[in-house]
Amino acid sequence: MSLKSPLRRVTYLGSAKGGSSHWYAQRVTAVALVLLGLWLVISLASMGGASHEHVVAWLSSPVAAAFAVLLVLTAAWHALLGLQVVIEDYVGDKGTRLAVLLVVKFTFAVAAVIGVLAVLRIAFGVAG
Amino acid sequence: MAQRARPLSPFMHYRWQYTNTLSILHRITGVLLSCGFLLLVYWLAAAAAGPERYAAAAGILASPLAQLVLFGTVFSFCYHLLNGVRHLFFDMGHGFELQTARRSGWAVAIAAIVLGLVVWFVVRAGLGGAA
Repeated sequence: MSLKSPLRRVTYLGSAKGGSSHWYAQRVTAVALVLLGLWLVISLASMGGASHEHVVAWLSSPVAAAFAVLLVLTAAWHALLGLQVVIEDYVGDKGTRLAVLLVVKFTFAVAAVIGVLAVLRIAFGVAG
Repeated sequence: MAQRARPLSPFMHYRWQYTNTLSILHRITGVLLSCGFLLLVYWLAAAAAGPERYAAAAGILASPLAQLVLFGTVFSFCYHLLNGVRHLFFDMGHGFELQTARRSGWAVAIAAIVLGLVVWFVVRAGLGGAA
Protein backbone atom coordinates (compact mmCIF):
# COMPACT_ATOMS: atom_id res chain seq x y z
CA MET A 1 0.00 0.00 0.00
CA SER A 2 1.11 3.51 -0.65
CA LEU A 3 -0.14 6.96 0.15
CA LYS A 4 0.23 7.83 -3.54
CA SER A 5 -3.07 8.08 -5.39
CA PRO A 6 -3.59 5.86 -8.47
CA LEU A 7 -3.42 9.01 -10.62
CA ARG A 8 -0.07 10.05 -9.13
CA ARG A 9 1.33 6.56 -9.79
CA VAL A 10 0.68 6.73 -13.55
CA THR A 11 1.28 10.45 -14.17
CA TYR A 12 4.49 11.15 -16.11
CA LEU A 13 4.93 7.49 -17.11
CA GLY A 14 3.45 7.98 -20.58
CA SER A 15 3.50 10.77 -23.10
CA ALA A 16 3.78 14.16 -21.43
CA LYS A 17 1.90 15.70 -24.40
CA GLY A 18 4.30 18.63 -24.38
CA GLY A 19 7.09 17.42 -26.63
CA SER A 20 5.96 19.20 -29.76
CA SER A 21 6.68 22.65 -28.32
CA HIS A 22 10.29 21.59 -27.65
CA TRP A 23 10.58 20.17 -31.17
CA TYR A 24 9.01 23.27 -32.71
CA ALA A 25 11.15 25.74 -30.72
CA GLN A 26 14.26 23.85 -31.83
CA ARG A 27 13.28 24.40 -35.49
CA VAL A 28 12.23 28.03 -35.15
CA THR A 29 15.49 28.91 -33.37
CA ALA A 30 17.35 26.91 -36.05
CA VAL A 31 15.93 29.07 -38.85
CA ALA A 32 16.69 32.24 -36.88
CA LEU A 33 20.25 31.04 -36.27
CA VAL A 34 20.86 30.43 -39.99
CA LEU A 35 20.33 34.18 -40.46
CA LEU A 36 21.99 35.35 -37.23
CA GLY A 37 24.95 32.97 -37.74
CA LEU A 38 25.61 34.23 -41.25
CA TRP A 39 25.25 37.80 -39.92
CA LEU A 40 27.93 37.07 -37.29
CA VAL A 41 30.34 35.63 -39.88
CA ILE A 42 29.86 38.63 -42.20
CA SER A 43 30.20 41.04 -39.26
CA LEU A 44 33.45 39.46 -38.05
CA ALA A 45 34.85 39.36 -41.59
CA SER A 46 34.06 43.05 -42.14
CA MET A 47 35.05 44.37 -38.69
CA GLY A 48 38.34 45.65 -40.08
CA GLY A 49 40.44 44.33 -37.21
CA ALA A 50 40.30 42.41 -33.94
CA SER A 51 41.29 45.21 -31.55
CA HIS A 52 39.11 46.45 -28.69
CA GLU A 53 38.25 49.63 -30.65
CA HIS A 54 37.05 47.52 -33.58
CA VAL A 55 34.71 45.46 -31.37
CA VAL A 56 33.39 48.60 -29.64
CA ALA A 57 32.86 50.35 -33.00
CA TRP A 58 31.02 47.31 -34.33
CA LEU A 59 28.60 46.98 -31.38
CA SER A 60 28.07 50.76 -31.07
CA SER A 61 25.60 50.48 -33.92
CA PRO A 62 22.10 49.84 -32.49
CA VAL A 63 21.32 47.39 -35.30
CA ALA A 64 24.49 45.35 -34.67
CA ALA A 65 23.85 45.38 -30.91
CA ALA A 66 20.25 44.26 -31.44
CA PHE A 67 21.32 41.37 -33.67
CA ALA A 68 24.08 40.43 -31.21
CA VAL A 69 21.56 40.27 -28.33
CA LEU A 70 19.20 38.18 -30.47
CA LEU A 71 22.10 35.90 -31.46
CA VAL A 72 23.14 35.34 -27.83
CA LEU A 73 19.57 34.59 -26.68
CA THR A 74 18.65 32.40 -29.67
CA ALA A 75 21.93 30.47 -29.63
CA ALA A 76 21.66 29.83 -25.88
CA TRP A 77 18.09 28.62 -26.25
CA HIS A 78 18.87 26.41 -29.27
CA ALA A 79 21.97 24.96 -27.56
CA LEU A 80 19.97 24.25 -24.43
CA LEU A 81 17.19 22.46 -26.31
CA GLY A 82 19.75 20.40 -28.24
CA LEU A 83 21.91 19.51 -25.25
CA GLN A 84 18.77 18.51 -23.35
CA VAL A 85 17.91 15.91 -26.03
CA VAL A 86 21.48 14.58 -26.08
CA ILE A 87 21.58 14.30 -22.27
CA GLU A 88 18.16 12.64 -22.12
CA ASP A 89 19.29 10.13 -24.75
CA TYR A 90 22.62 9.15 -23.23
CA VAL A 91 22.37 9.70 -19.47
CA GLY A 92 20.32 6.75 -18.26
CA ASP A 93 20.30 7.22 -14.49
CA LYS A 94 17.41 9.52 -13.49
CA GLY A 95 19.25 11.30 -10.69
CA THR A 96 22.39 11.90 -12.76
CA ARG A 97 20.26 13.05 -15.70
CA LEU A 98 18.42 15.61 -13.59
CA ALA A 99 21.70 16.86 -12.10
CA VAL A 100 23.43 17.18 -15.49
CA LEU A 101 20.37 18.89 -17.00
CA LEU A 102 20.24 21.43 -14.18
CA VAL A 103 23.97 22.19 -14.43
CA VAL A 104 23.72 22.67 -18.22
CA LYS A 105 20.55 24.79 -17.99
CA PHE A 106 22.01 27.02 -15.27
CA THR A 107 25.30 27.36 -17.20
CA PHE A 108 23.56 28.49 -20.38
CA ALA A 109 21.16 30.79 -18.53
CA VAL A 110 24.12 32.50 -16.85
CA ALA A 111 26.08 32.64 -20.14
CA ALA A 112 23.09 34.15 -21.96
CA VAL A 113 22.64 36.90 -19.35
CA ILE A 114 26.40 37.65 -19.33
CA GLY A 115 26.39 37.81 -23.14
CA VAL A 116 23.42 40.19 -23.27
CA LEU A 117 24.83 42.45 -20.53
CA ALA A 118 28.23 42.50 -22.29
CA VAL A 119 26.68 43.57 -25.60
CA LEU A 120 24.52 46.24 -23.89
CA ARG A 121 27.51 47.56 -21.92
CA ILE A 122 29.45 48.02 -25.15
CA ALA A 123 26.39 49.40 -26.99
CA PHE A 124 25.78 52.00 -24.26
CA GLY A 125 29.41 53.10 -24.45
CA VAL A 126 30.53 52.15 -20.95
CA ALA A 127 33.12 49.54 -21.98
CA GLY A 128 36.10 51.89 -22.10
CA MET B 1 9.40 -6.16 -9.85
CA ALA B 2 11.49 -8.29 -12.23
CA GLN B 3 13.19 -6.32 -15.00
CA ARG B 4 11.81 -7.39 -18.36
CA ALA B 5 14.03 -7.31 -21.47
CA ARG B 6 13.62 -3.84 -22.88
CA PRO B 7 13.56 -3.19 -26.63
CA LEU B 8 16.90 -1.95 -27.98
CA SER B 9 17.18 1.49 -29.50
CA PRO B 10 17.61 1.26 -33.30
CA PHE B 11 21.16 2.61 -33.17
CA MET B 12 22.21 -0.44 -31.10
CA HIS B 13 21.62 -2.99 -33.85
CA TYR B 14 21.12 -1.31 -37.22
CA ARG B 15 23.76 -1.83 -39.92
CA TRP B 16 26.20 1.08 -39.96
CA GLN B 17 25.97 3.33 -43.02
CA TYR B 18 27.68 6.61 -43.72
CA THR B 19 24.39 8.44 -43.28
CA ASN B 20 24.56 7.32 -39.62
CA THR B 21 27.91 9.09 -39.36
CA LEU B 22 26.38 12.26 -40.81
CA SER B 23 23.58 12.02 -38.27
CA ILE B 24 25.84 11.55 -35.23
CA LEU B 25 28.13 14.30 -36.55
CA HIS B 26 25.16 16.68 -36.31
CA ARG B 27 24.95 15.96 -32.58
CA ILE B 28 28.72 16.11 -32.03
CA THR B 29 29.06 19.43 -33.88
CA GLY B 30 26.02 20.70 -31.95
CA VAL B 31 27.72 19.92 -28.64
CA LEU B 32 30.97 21.52 -29.89
CA LEU B 33 29.03 24.62 -30.96
CA SER B 34 27.51 24.86 -27.49
CA CYS B 35 31.09 25.11 -26.17
CA GLY B 36 31.83 27.62 -28.96
CA PHE B 37 28.88 29.70 -27.74
CA LEU B 38 30.46 29.89 -24.28
CA LEU B 39 33.69 31.08 -25.99
CA LEU B 40 31.72 33.78 -27.82
CA VAL B 41 30.24 34.97 -24.53
CA TYR B 42 33.73 34.94 -22.97
CA TRP B 43 34.98 37.12 -25.85
CA LEU B 44 32.03 39.55 -25.56
CA ALA B 45 32.41 39.76 -21.77
CA ALA B 46 36.13 40.49 -22.16
CA ALA B 47 35.35 43.27 -24.65
CA ALA B 48 32.77 44.71 -22.24
CA ALA B 49 35.30 44.61 -19.38
CA GLY B 50 37.62 47.09 -21.12
CA PRO B 51 40.75 47.20 -23.31
CA GLU B 52 43.13 45.50 -20.83
CA ARG B 53 40.88 42.52 -20.12
CA TYR B 54 40.11 42.29 -23.84
CA ALA B 55 43.82 42.23 -24.75
CA ALA B 56 44.39 39.41 -22.25
CA ALA B 57 41.48 37.39 -23.67
CA ALA B 58 42.64 38.05 -27.26
CA GLY B 59 46.07 36.74 -26.28
CA ILE B 60 44.54 33.53 -24.92
CA LEU B 61 42.36 33.14 -28.05
CA ALA B 62 45.43 33.60 -30.28
CA SER B 63 47.27 30.65 -28.69
CA PRO B 64 47.72 27.57 -30.94
CA LEU B 65 45.42 25.42 -28.79
CA ALA B 66 42.65 28.05 -28.82
CA GLN B 67 43.08 28.48 -32.58
CA LEU B 68 42.59 24.73 -33.02
CA VAL B 69 39.42 24.91 -30.89
CA LEU B 70 38.21 27.92 -32.91
CA PHE B 71 38.88 26.12 -36.18
CA GLY B 72 36.87 23.16 -34.89
CA THR B 73 34.09 25.57 -33.92
CA VAL B 74 34.08 27.16 -37.40
CA PHE B 75 33.92 23.76 -39.11
CA SER B 76 31.19 22.63 -36.67
CA PHE B 77 29.26 25.83 -37.40
CA CYS B 78 29.36 25.21 -41.18
CA TYR B 79 28.50 21.51 -40.91
CA HIS B 80 25.72 22.04 -38.36
CA LEU B 81 24.24 24.91 -40.39
CA LEU B 82 24.23 23.03 -43.71
CA ASN B 83 23.10 19.70 -42.27
CA GLY B 84 20.55 21.58 -40.16
CA VAL B 85 18.99 22.99 -43.32
CA ARG B 86 19.01 19.43 -44.74
CA HIS B 87 17.12 18.28 -41.65
CA LEU B 88 14.61 21.13 -41.99
CA PHE B 89 13.82 19.77 -45.47
CA PHE B 90 13.41 16.29 -43.95
CA ASP B 91 11.04 17.80 -41.37
CA MET B 92 8.92 19.20 -44.21
CA GLY B 93 8.79 15.75 -45.78
CA HIS B 94 11.29 16.27 -48.60
CA GLY B 95 14.42 14.35 -49.56
CA PHE B 96 13.61 10.97 -48.04
CA GLU B 97 14.32 8.97 -51.22
CA LEU B 98 17.42 6.88 -50.46
CA GLN B 99 19.38 8.28 -53.37
CA THR B 100 18.37 11.88 -52.58
CA ALA B 101 19.19 11.49 -48.88
CA ARG B 102 22.63 10.04 -49.69
CA ARG B 103 23.40 12.68 -52.30
CA SER B 104 22.36 15.55 -50.00
CA GLY B 105 24.46 13.93 -47.28
CA TRP B 106 27.56 13.92 -49.47
CA ALA B 107 26.82 17.46 -50.67
CA VAL B 108 26.56 18.70 -47.06
CA ALA B 109 29.81 16.99 -46.01
CA ILE B 110 31.82 18.39 -48.92
CA ALA B 111 30.20 21.84 -48.75
CA ALA B 112 30.90 22.00 -45.00
CA ILE B 113 34.63 21.44 -45.56
CA VAL B 114 34.76 24.04 -48.36
CA LEU B 115 32.62 26.59 -46.50
CA GLY B 116 34.56 25.94 -43.28
CA LEU B 117 37.86 26.80 -44.96
CA VAL B 118 36.35 29.85 -46.69
CA VAL B 119 34.84 31.20 -43.45
CA TRP B 120 38.07 30.51 -41.52
CA PHE B 121 40.31 32.39 -43.95
CA VAL B 122 37.85 35.21 -44.75
CA VAL B 123 37.20 35.94 -41.05
CA ARG B 124 40.91 35.69 -40.21
CA ALA B 125 41.73 38.09 -43.03
CA GLY B 126 38.92 40.42 -41.93
CA LEU B 127 40.23 40.44 -38.37
CA GLY B 128 43.73 41.24 -39.58
CA GLY B 129 45.35 37.83 -39.07
CA ALA B 130 44.40 37.35 -35.43
CA ALA B 131 41.18 35.59 -34.53
